[in-house]
Amino acid sequence: MLELKDLCFIVEEDNQKKTIIDHLNLKIDQGKFVVITGPNGGGKSTLAKLIMGIKTPTSGQILYNGTNITNMSITERAKLGISFAFQQPVHFKGITVLDLLRLSAGKQLSISEACEFLSQVGMCAKEYINREVNASLSGGELKRIEIATVLARGTEVSIFDEPEAGIDLWSFQHLTSVFENIRTSAKGTVLIISHQERILAIADEIVMIKDGKVEAHKAKDEIFPKIVGTSQALSSCGMLSKEDKKC
Amino acid sequence: MLDSIQKQLLEEIADLHKMPEGAYNIRANSQMAARNTTSDIDIITKNDVSGIDVKIKDGTKNQSVHIPVVMDKSGITEMVYNDFFVGDDCDVTIIAGCGIHNPGEENSQHDGIHRFFIGKNSKLKYVEKHYGQGEGTGKRILNPVTEVYQKEGSYVEMEMVQIRGVDSTIRTTKAELDKDATLIVRERLMTHDKQTATSIYEVYLNGEGSSTDVISRSVAKDNSEQIFDAKIIGNNACKGHAECDAIIMDKAHVVAVPKLDACHVDAELIHEAAIGKIAGDQLIKLMSLGLTEEEAEEQIVNGFLK
Repeated sequence: MLELKDLCFIVEEDNQKKTIIDHLNLKIDQGKFVVITGPNGGGKSTLAKLIMGIKTPTSGQILYNGTNITNMSITERAKLGISFAFQQPVHFKGITVLDLLRLSAGKQLSISEACEFLSQVGMCAKEYINREVNASLSGGELKRIEIATVLARGTEVSIFDEPEAGIDLWSFQHLTSVFENIRTSAKGTVLIISHQERILAIADEIVMIKDGKVEAHKAKDEIFPKIVGTSQALSSCGMLSKEDKKC
Repeated sequence: MLDSIQKQLLEEIADLHKMPEGAYNIRANSQMAARNTTSDIDIITKNDVSGIDVKIKDGTKNQSVHIPVVMDKSGITEMVYNDFFVGDDCDVTIIAGCGIHNPGEENSQHDGIHRFFIGKNSKLKYVEKHYGQGEGTGKRILNPVTEVYQKEGSYVEMEMVQIRGVDSTIRTTKAELDKDATLIVRERLMTHDKQTATSIYEVYLNGEGSSTDVISRSVAKDNSEQIFDAKIIGNNACKGHAECDAIIMDKAHVVAVPKLDACHVDAELIHEAAIGKIAGDQLIKLMSLGLTEEEAEEQIVNGFLK
């Protein structure tokens, strides 16, 4: 279980203190598929980074399975079983998709094992396995590889920070099916920051974050009907709903 | 016979675990240790100066020449002149390299001048690795000079690698290209401690349709210093590109001096130079996969120099 207790994150901008996360409390039960949504600037991505240790809270505690991880490094949290898919995937010179998947898995994955993770995110493995993880790949391809790194880790908690950000609608349409697959196959806890209706629709629970606080945290069926059609739950164009799994 | 240190140096610089196939000339502590010639590739010792002439017949294809140099005695200073005459319509690989193990107090220095005369429509791949080791306080110094003269339609690809252990190096490469000739250079360099490394390139694109691509990737650690000085001179309708991409760490110092000199209206010359530390987001990504910061750095550097 992941528990955030009275968490605060305050930054200083132009000599003024700005509260991004404001005495936030949240419990995420093990094995749940939870989507965090809410208005832009509400603190969602910051919250994800605080959980991974990329940012350090000003005050409050983060507990993971009862252990206080608030002061642990990113590496320690990763080793404890938390994974993180970045909103903007990082580029590397010389590091290939296969290298990155092997680093993610923490072992010398065979080519076919690595390809399996790429297939899970709808990628034609043979075309990508030896490609460098750099700007020669499209935004959608980099997003999928980023998600594949989290799958390759196979940890208890997987956090995805706005997987839809920065990619075109066509690519996103592919991505939603990836998350639908994760929904059915993943055994651990999945935490996704998203505005997309199709992602929200497959959640067990939805957490609404606004002004750095939890405004609502309920089962999907309770909260989903209220936010469909609002900016918290953007629906995709119906013309894009046909799956295109060419490989 | 080669001793165990010399054998290990050979593995480092030429991936050689035993005597290579084809033609070779192995030089150990300023003496010829082994040589083999073939019907197409002759190796002749020079009479006037220290060094060899390698003569490759017209039309020689899919053959290789190994010419490694190993030194494991302290205090050797040598100057070697090697000339390579590659005939027309050849397709060959030349693997050079120098490994120095300096066990003593005195400096070990190997300076070499390699001249390549490449015939019409020939293709050459040249690989040169430099490596140094040894517990002694004596410096390990390598100053290679490479000159390349390319005839019409020839293609030369040079891979220059120096990853560890060389205290001081000045690498000078000069090339002159005739019509439709192409020169590709890939340099990979890492310096550490108080090492210094200077790479000077001067490529003359003399013939119409000639082209070059000079790419250096380097990592400077600790208190080391690197200078990358690349000059491309376009004397005809030609294409030239030089790129220096360096990761700077610790208290290192990196200088990139790209220079383009166009003497023809159809000369298209480009240079790019980028120096910077390892990006923070790269470290964070790898740490989020469970690597420590040091492990993440190592992976990023290894990938960069791959």
